[in-house]
Amino acid sequence: MIMKPVEPTRRETFALAAIAGLAAFLAPKMVFADEGMVAAEIKKLYGDKKLESGKVKLDVPEIAENGLVVPINVEVESPMTEKDYVKAVHVFADGNPLPGVVSYKFTPSSGKAAASTRMRLAQTQNIVCIAEMSNGTLHTTKANIKVTIGGCGG
Amino acid sequence: MATPTPRVRVPATAKAGELIEIKTLISHEMESGQRKDSSGKVVPRKIINKFTATFNGKPVFEADWNPAISANPYQSFFYKASETGEFTFTWKDDDGSEYTAKNKLTVG
Repeated sequence: MIMKPVEPTRRETFALAAIAGLAAFLAPKMVFADEGMVAAEIKKLYGDKKLESGKVKLDVPEIAENGLVVPINVEVESPMTEKDYVKAVHVFADGNPLPGVVSYKFTPSSGKAAASTRMRLAQTQNIVCIAEMSNGTLHTTKANIKVTIGGCGG
Repeated sequence: MATPTPRVRVPATAKAGELIEIKTLISHEMESGQRKDSSGKVVPRKIINKFTATFNGKPVFEADWNPAISANPYQSFFYKASETGEFTFTWKDDDGSEYTAKNKLTVG
């Protein structure tokens, strides 16, 4: 016996589309941060202060195969003396559920304003780094990381 | 979960003015509060949110960690050796517990 392929009727097609639409609507959506949220975080910390480029070196891989463990090394150019040192460094990610990654506080006894850690990245995104100097100036830099497998527990 | 065990690598001796690198690692799952379990419930956040390093009681370095920090968090940073003394490293957990490690440094 030859089975005739079952073609969905027009009515069924509409019904299926409606179910799919509803499912997409109800599915738990992961809400990600965006550039606006990162900008808002920076504003919360420093208001509308001018951000200068340079001095901050962000060392991250261009492509991260595993988003669960992405090495990040930040280094800020500074003599690190009592008069002139790096007070704080903040790292943000604009494609994670939460924009914050890490905030460092340095002291002149740090000798060198550099630190490395490992972070989780949910998807391909930009990393923004802000350094606050002891004289109040702000320096920033940005890097894009392509993430092959997101580190969001999924 | 097993009690987090800190591991720290600090050189035992240094010359005055020498820049030394300190590497730390602590076993902790760093539950981000974003994951859902098999029944669809959000797994509550439980991370180490602060790491501090002091030398003879004076602050050297501090890191505020967010849920974006990987499990078993690693942190490295620098210190300019000036005198003999002891480092105290403290990790603060969301649940209020603290984990500490101490390391001596001889400057000669």
